[in-house]
Amino acid sequence: MINEIIIMNGHGIYVWSAFSFTLISFVTLYFITKLQLSKEQKRFVVKFGSLNEEKAKIARSQNINKEILSNTFKI
Amino acid sequence: MFKHFEPNKIFVITSRAPKYVLFLFIIVLTIGLTEALILSPEDYKQSDAVRIMYVHVPAAWISLGTFSSLALLSVGSFIFKNKNFALISKSLAPAGFIFNIIALVTGSIWGKPTWGTWWAWDARITSMLILALFYGMYLVAWRIYEDKEQATKITSMIAILGVINVPIIKYSVDWWNTLHQPPSISILSNNSIHTSMLIPLGIMTAAFVLFSLLIFLMKYNTELIKIKNKGLNRL
Repeated sequence: MINEIIIMNGHGIYVWSAFSFTLISFVTLYFITKLQLSKEQKRFVVKFGSLNEEKAKIARSQNINKEILSNTFKI
Repeated sequence: MFKHFEPNKIFVITSRAPKYVLFLFIIVLTIGLTEALILSPEDYKQSDAVRIMYVHVPAAWISLGTFSSLALLSVGSFIFKNKNFALISKSLAPAGFIFNIIALVTGSIWGKPTWGTWWAWDARITSMLILALFYGMYLVAWRIYEDKEQATKITSMIAILGVINVPIIKYSVDWWNTLHQPPSISILSNNSIHTSMLIPLGIMTAAFVLFSLLIFLMKYNTELIKIKNKGLNRL
């Protein structure tokens, strides 16, 4: 049974390489995108931390900024 | 109408959705792979090589659908002057490009056991390669133009120009003599594909759509945070 799935009547090399290429592409794109997202989130936190109290208060008044900060601390 | 979809309002959803989409994607992909690699029957002519269809066809569909969406959003961006359209297009493109590459590579792998060659310069394959070039130009244009307005204009023009290629890809198998088989699935007429193959194809398509959505959401969030980073500089 397992041999049949692996060999696939002599077509296993083609089928498995097509599926492997697809899955490797998925994993690569996912991690690249996740890395870019984490980088931007970290940059945001650093910039936010460098703001003085008054500017931080203004920035915190925007919901989207609060959401970015809350998501960043979860990662 | 568009004010309900402003980035500030939908960020609460787009920032939380990826983990649920990832979870759903893993479940659907697992079912799809089991169906495609183990449970679905082999073809009477192509034998097990037909299983490549379960990654090749959904990838091709999604790359074409994504590029059509880019063109539509680009037209919308010109007409309604809505910056969010450009942001959505920019976030959609990477997944579309990867699916285009997957369609080309898996098509090439499928070509060897069925046609006896890895590559042929026939209409369908060549037009898919041209689509990949348009995707490439689109992504490069976003990187090289510093001025966002200029980048939006150039990328919109690339998308609108490139979408001319989409019907050429679709009808290439009817207009020219190609190695590529005619479509087996049609919305308007009866399908020439058996249900036992149609089900895994549908599940794999759903999994690929979920992956596109996942990458789109992550990329969209990245772009929004980039904008907010610039906003902090201006405070």
